[in-house]
Amino acid sequence: MAAPKHIISVLLENEPGALSRVVGLFSARGYNIETLTVAPTEDETLSRMTIVTKGSDAVIEQITKHLNRLVDVVKVVDLTEGSHVERELMLIKVRAVGRERDEMKRLSDIFRGRIIDVTDKIYTIELTGVQEKIEAFIEALDRTSILETVRTGVSGISRGERVLKL
Amino acid sequence: MELNGAEIVVRCLAEQGVEHVFGYPGGAVLYIYDAIYNQDKFKHILVRHEQAAIHAADAYSRSSNKVGVALVTSGPGVTNSVTGVATAYMDSIPMIIITGQVPTGAIGQDAFQESDTVGITRPCVKHNFLVRDIRDLAETMRRAFYIATSGRPGPVLVDIPKDITVATCKFTAKRGEVKMRSYAPIIKGHQGQIKKAVQHLLAAERPVIYTGGGVVLSNASPELRELVDMVGAPCTNTLMGLGSFPASDPRFIGMPGMHGTYEANMAMQNCDVLLAIGARFDDRVIGNPRHFSQVARKIIHIDIDPSSISKRVQVDVPIVGNVKDILQDMTVLYREAAAETAPNKAALERWWEQVNAWRARDCLAYEASDTVIKPQFVVQKLWEVTEGKAFVTSDVGQHQMWAAQYYGFDEPRRWLNSGGLGTMGVGLPYAMGVQMANPGADVAVITGEGSIQMNIQELSTCTQFRLTPKIVCLNNRYLGMVRQWQQIEYGSRYSESYVDALPDFVRLAESYGHVGVQISDPADVEPALREAFGKYKDRLVFLDFITDPTENVWPMVKAGRGLTEMLLGSEDL
Repeated sequence: MAAPKHIISVLLENEPGALSRVVGLFSARGYNIETLTVAPTEDETLSRMTIVTKGSDAVIEQITKHLNRLVDVVKVVDLTEGSHVERELMLIKVRAVGRERDEMKRLSDIFRGRIIDVTDKIYTIELTGVQEKIEAFIEALDRTSILETVRTGVSGISRGERVLKL
Repeated sequence: MELNGAEIVVRCLAEQGVEHVFGYPGGAVLYIYDAIYNQDKFKHILVRHEQAAIHAADAYSRSSNKVGVALVTSGPGVTNSVTGVATAYMDSIPMIIITGQVPTGAIGQDAFQESDTVGITRPCVKHNFLVRDIRDLAETMRRAFYIATSGRPGPVLVDIPKDITVATCKFTAKRGEVKMRSYAPIIKGHQGQIKKAVQHLLAAERPVIYTGGGVVLSNASPELRELVDMVGAPCTNTLMGLGSFPASDPRFIGMPGMHGTYEANMAMQNCDVLLAIGARFDDRVIGNPRHFSQVARKIIHIDIDPSSISKRVQVDVPIVGNVKDILQDMTVLYREAAAETAPNKAALERWWEQVNAWRARDCLAYEASDTVIKPQFVVQKLWEVTEGKAFVTSDVGQHQMWAAQYYGFDEPRRWLNSGGLGTMGVGLPYAMGVQMANPGADVAVITGEGSIQMNIQELSTCTQFRLTPKIVCLNNRYLGMVRQWQQIEYGSRYSESYVDALPDFVRLAESYGHVGVQISDPADVEPALREAFGKYKDRLVFLDFITDPTENVWPMVKAGRGLTEMLLGSEDL
């Protein structure tokens, strides 16, 4: 059985080098990172990071403990422990010529994608959703029609009134 | 008051009560050295290689309750320091490393003597800083001391670009404690957990108390002794914890682990309640974790670092916090609870019978000789001559294990070695740090002819600063531990473990102005040691003991094997 996916949210000081401390921890201790996304919060002295990782409960426990141990880290939460919302954004450039062009538009509509750039040969589609939806969209496409993909990695937030802040 | 960065560094060290700084100058730290020239708050000890500066500062911390400080220049100054920093980090030693950096504008330009110091040292420091603005300098220095000494201690590095050391800004003296929103170590233990632990201890029929470096670091030796008195359990100290509990106490059952005593390893495995204090179930201590966990016992684990808990072994009662605070609470709660539920005295007596039966195997016995010097004999004689009161540093290898096994430490902070990283070459610089922190104390370096050569240049520092450690070199003409493993695991194929082309250590020591003696007759061992600590008390003495090259360290648990799968001597091979 594959190890379950965890979404770990980290609030950390917006200091130079803070990101590399987190990344260094994962590589030094052999933990895997599926996706990682980071940006400042409304308080510009703080950054919010979302890490998607896989591992047994014991490994995830060690990951959160080690993250907490970093001096720049203010708070750590494993979002998958509770009810939460996750989103990833993908920009995908696809070939859209001839009969494919209509088909591509339809498929994008089905997945609630938005076409944000057009030429006579391509569409660039913006798609937001959970990882599985994005992967399903890629699956639905003919591989040869994909020219380029770029994904942000997962961002997550807990549902309801629970907040992760100072 | 307007000061330049270099002066601020000096002021910040002075306000922390720093009395000694170990260092080596270079281009990027010249303003700091200029400020040092103009001050009288602390003394600077000039080493001969940056690695030794870090080791000496590390030992300064280990052997006292003060904070060691090292100062090195950018680039090679930093890279030479890395081994020292990693050594301190692995053993959780609080210390400050100040490094010079090329000027801010030159960073990233591959400037002369530039290195990405923060990047290179990140995995081996508790935290590090690059100071980018002179206005942050004083606060950064204060944070560095706070972080290094609080929580689970560790080395903290402050990288200061040269332009910052000459820029000026207003300096205000330290007011109040440092506060950081992202860093607040837990001190007090959870009372409910401590109560639960006490219940397990009271119900125990076969308890063992196993303690590590954490007890030394939190100065909790008196509390530990009180607790052992109360519980009446056998106590074992790891390599990092030796001296926390007196080796001369009958309840001390020796060191556990790969080269631990038979009784300690048997007790660790066969107990029903294991109280682990400031120890981390290291692979050299518990052997194969699966073998270790295959027996049912309750494990209580006290540690200040949550990430140490259930890392290698699943524990039943974790207690996070400062060892000293927790033990204080625990003794109070134990006394209260013991008034209601008496401990099982009869079971405890049976347990002691068992432990003493294991002890009767006398696993540290060795074959004495009057023709060739046995290394164990030298350590025993050193203990006798120094009455067990010396500060003893070691390097890494067979001699380190013999020192740990045969020099019975009765006090904490007297035994210094690189337990975690296993760094050869620490012994002599450690002795320098010890002596600066503990003037007048007897200091011995138990080393081998391999290790001592890894920082032999420090004999010169000792000359300059009149440092007088006694170097007890157990010279067996082999990298002994490598040779031992090759004998046992690699079919006696002694690949590159023979240390050829040795210098004449006597004349080498003399060339630095020290005393050198070579001893090859067992009858001369004690007189030579007496002379070193007597007649030559105020000199550095290099005692080159020509020892039995075939001697091995016993007992031994081979790597990957279970803790009780011990080899007790060559007859078990």
